[in-house]
Amino acid sequence: MKRILLTSAALLAGTAASAQTVGFSQIGSESGWRAAETTLTRQEAEARGIDLRFSDAQQRQENQIAAIRSFVAQGVDAILLAPVVATGWDSVLEEAAEADIPVVLLDRRVDSSEDLYLTAVGSDLVHEGEVAGQWLVDNKPEGECRVVELQGTTGSSPAIDRATGFRNAIDGAEGIEIVRSQTGDFTRSGGKEVMESFLQAESGNEICALYAHNDDMALGAIQAINEAGMNPGEDILIVSIDAVPDIFQAMANGDANATVELTPNMSGPAFDALEAYWADGTEPEKFIQTESRLYTQDDDPMAEYEARKDLGY
Amino acid sequence: MLLTIRDLSKSFPGTKALDSVDFDLAAGEVHALLGENGAGKSTLIKCLTGAYRRDEGDIRLDGEPISPGSTAEAQSLGIGTVYQEVNLLDNLTVAKNLTFGREPRRFGLIDGRAQRAEARRMLEGYGLDIDVGRDLGSYSVAIRQIVAIARAVELSGKILILDEPTASLDAAETRMLFDVVRGLRDRGLGIVFVSHFLDQVFELTDRVTVLRNGAKIVTEKTAELDRVALIRHMLGRELEEVEAEQGADHTRSEARRTVVDFKGYGRDGLVDPFDLTVREGEVIGLAGLLGSGRTETAELMFGIRAAQRGEAKVDGEPVSLTSPREAIAAGFGFAPEERKTDGIVADLSVRENIILALQARRGWAKPVPRAEQARLAETYIKRLDIRTSDAEKAVGELSGGNQQKVVLARWLAMNPRFLILDEPTRGVDVGAHAEILRLIGEITEGGMSVLVISSELDELVAASDRIIVVRDRAHVAELSGVEITSGAIVTAIAAPDAGKVA
Amino acid sequence: MTRALRRCLPQILTLLALVALVSIFFPQFLAISFENGRLTGPVVDIVKRGAPVALLAIGMTLVIATRGIDLSVGTVMAISGAVAAWTLAAGWGVFPAVLLAIVAGLTCGLWNGCLVAYVGIQPIVATLILMTSGRGIAQLITEGRILTFSDPAFAWIGSGTVAGVPVPALLWLVTGIAVAFIMRRTALGLLVEAIGINRSASTVAGINARVLLIAVYAASGFCAALAGIVATADIRGADANNAGLWLELDAILAVVIGGNSLLGGRFSVAASILGALIIQTVDTGILLAGFPSEYNLVIKAGLVLVILLVQSPNLSQHWHWLRMEIRRQREPKPIGSRDTR
Repeated sequence: MKRILLTSAALLAGTAASAQTVGFSQIGSESGWRAAETTLTRQEAEARGIDLRFSDAQQRQENQIAAIRSFVAQGVDAILLAPVVATGWDSVLEEAAEADIPVVLLDRRVDSSEDLYLTAVGSDLVHEGEVAGQWLVDNKPEGECRVVELQGTTGSSPAIDRATGFRNAIDGAEGIEIVRSQTGDFTRSGGKEVMESFLQAESGNEICALYAHNDDMALGAIQAINEAGMNPGEDILIVSIDAVPDIFQAMANGDANATVELTPNMSGPAFDALEAYWADGTEPEKFIQTESRLYTQDDDPMAEYEARKDLGY
Repeated sequence: MLLTIRDLSKSFPGTKALDSVDFDLAAGEVHALLGENGAGKSTLIKCLTGAYRRDEGDIRLDGEPISPGSTAEAQSLGIGTVYQEVNLLDNLTVAKNLTFGREPRRFGLIDGRAQRAEARRMLEGYGLDIDVGRDLGSYSVAIRQIVAIARAVELSGKILILDEPTASLDAAETRMLFDVVRGLRDRGLGIVFVSHFLDQVFELTDRVTVLRNGAKIVTEKTAELDRVALIRHMLGRELEEVEAEQGADHTRSEARRTVVDFKGYGRDGLVDPFDLTVREGEVIGLAGLLGSGRTETAELMFGIRAAQRGEAKVDGEPVSLTSPREAIAAGFGFAPEERKTDGIVADLSVRENIILALQARRGWAKPVPRAEQARLAETYIKRLDIRTSDAEKAVGELSGGNQQKVVLARWLAMNPRFLILDEPTRGVDVGAHAEILRLIGEITEGGMSVLVISSELDELVAASDRIIVVRDRAHVAELSGVEITSGAIVTAIAAPDAGKVA
Repeated sequence: MTRALRRCLPQILTLLALVALVSIFFPQFLAISFENGRLTGPVVDIVKRGAPVALLAIGMTLVIATRGIDLSVGTVMAISGAVAAWTLAAGWGVFPAVLLAIVAGLTCGLWNGCLVAYVGIQPIVATLILMTSGRGIAQLITEGRILTFSDPAFAWIGSGTVAGVPVPALLWLVTGIAVAFIMRRTALGLLVEAIGINRSASTVAGINARVLLIAVYAASGFCAALAGIVATADIRGADANNAGLWLELDAILAVVIGGNSLLGGRFSVAASILGALIIQTVDTGILLAGFPSEYNLVIKAGLVLVILLVQSPNLSQHWHWLRMEIRRQREPKPIGSRDTR
């Protein structure tokens, strides 16, 4: 027993000397995307030989604050934080700053001063909408294109920003018009129900394209279009955002046309920035924007599906 | 006189709760207020404490007319009340409870030390040696009761009303409470004492006022009143009327077949073990004061509360009676005292109420056919003369007497062998009263056995073949045949050694 | 029959008024066409989309009749949907999936019933326990993801048709008729109403209130399982986070719009189903009318308020009084008429 203890102590000491230790305070596992982010962060850390200390906050800020304090006490070399809310972080971030531990924000931003964290890695929600809109501008059929939009939860920032970006992109284009716009609450059943009403209200063959604020709503809408006896992906073009595995399957079947990736790999760029900082103190930009990559049916969707299906989505 | 009440009247829809009642309370006396349920005690108290507004009459405190509109106003006038269920907060300390609402403050904050000192001062003279910093709930009911008294006396200071204060106390605690009450009396307070325990009334009080049916019957010095007379006042039978009332044929129950037989039947804290043999076609009366164990006996027999000891036999076969369903299966029926809460199902129609028990026995899968339902409803509406526009009217819309008849009809439709009627004539008008008594005679002719619980002695004397007398949760006497007179019943209720009367 | 019709008359009138209102904003509202072997049209969507709430409302009506409430039905939908999807994913086939989902719903109902009838916890608290914890159970089953399947036979329950009529609509119709039939052709309805109005008196009359209470909550669990199957089959996937979310409130609302008292007692399953259809008509009407989504909840709340006000017995008394007043004023006054000569 004693020997085991001694060995493990030696091992711990060894890792501390050779590898960096990073604490990761995750919000929780409320969605598949979040689970994938956790999985990818673990994978990235392992690939880089970083010792990752993971803490699941189960949607509570006080748990996150406690986790950060504990990371500071452990003397980690950096902290990754996916903040559950935007406010109330000042004092705990100051504690980390006083201990000279760099903090990198993942996915969401906080209202604290920029001096309190090293950088924030995230996606630009408006840009995502713009990429989706640009795809439609480039791929729309000849002539008029009447677009219906499935919005996210009313008032949420992804819903607002993705709507804005899409409109930015189609603004200059000829003949694209959003004729109906309604919330599907980011859910499959919401997407299906609202799409059914769109098909009733606009008599299906008048609709040229659907823009959904996330893939789940698009997947629900595809079922609605199918059940109405039309071909999703052909009769109605479908572009959405997130790039969850199921949408790749739909693309492989020809039911969906394009999706914009909200990559769950936030930690990759974060670790890149940290490694540069550790090496020679390079200060990164205060916001590192992840790539909002566009995937279409030409990008071998089946392979993308296989690559993603085990990430925990 | 500290308090003078003259011609106090209060009506509620359908009843006159107080009818021209006079009541006096002197400083330095303990005055008992007695009466059966519905006699008007609580209405009188509520008029005094401001919970009710009186309709008519005059209340004077120290000669000044008063008209309290709320408990707080009554308190500020000097009238404090302590109920059986102590209305203090168990999770606050004794000190906080005592000073609640008028905490000593220091710089705007509650001053804990002054608060405790104040509490200790208030408890002086009550003979309590307790830590006022502990939660009230950690003390016994008696101590909580006394703390409540101390608070009431502090806030009011002239009149203290004690409503059933000893109901949940044991003998030693009661003695402790009485010492406190006597101390307050000696300090010059006027104390109104409401209790069902006659022993305590004789031990503690100086004068007694008896109410019955909303009217004052008598006010007398306790020392000049004997037990029998007091009970007579409460139950309303004058001795001279008794002979004339011996209408029932009290001899017919001899040598009949035994239907139900209880042996050593009882439950701790509810009813002491009793023996009772019910014969075919017999009417058994259960007499006793309120709270003496009469309703509890009925609940035990009908399985609403399970017996802990003894056994019950129906036709010589032992039966288990741990739920109303089992009792009904054994052929029992029970029309409870609290008609509104335990009897009728107000929103259901007369028809549905009548067939309810029948339906419950048949099970949900075998509904009573609609034609049969209509026939039963029609039959009993006619037979019991239930006054309703039609069988589909909701029972809640009928008068009290007719509701009672619907409950009776429900059981008659079951054709039970043994029917228990708890206060079948309470709140029933005179006409319906007579009809219900006539009905009891009629159904026993057909062989059904009936047990009647009643506060009205003339009713019991008129209807019963045998009478069981209950006192202090025990069956103390059994009267039969010519022994059944209201005088004998009153004596049995009153006598400390009533067991020898039978 | 006429009595049942008269009981549902306020709900029928409300529904007709709503249909008229929606038709103003969306003239083709009542249009029904037959395409690809199925009926299509807004009305068909309503009877199909309204299925989960209608099914929940059937069970909820019985629970509320006993003076209870079942807050867990939305969660039970998620659990039984997750069980069904899990069973399909495990390759056991459609029949076991449906069966296990129903067993899961019944188990949840029995749990609620036992807490209420034996432990004596207040219904709102007892069912709140499952409402909050149950979604976690569903997430455990689906491992936090949307568990999808591609079994066409199971999907048929959500989006198939029989003679052009959507299967979910048939499901609530059959369930509703069956439950109403069982309640009124046996004595169950009467006994349930009796314990709801006065449990103490019912017990004294020999009614086995405990068993009835458990049965009623089990029935609610059964209906929630059916609703969960429909919702899962509809999107071909079990979404533990969102399936049935807040639908317990819609179900309670449907029962209330159906004119059933939350204080228990007299109930009408048919009126509750009409209540569910009224709610769905409002929802679908809002979608069809094409208002910006920010207005959805405000419009819904406003319409529900108006519906409840119009149906309230107090208002109908006032209405009656107002009508009498107007009539009285219209009648020529004898003295006045003489004066004008």
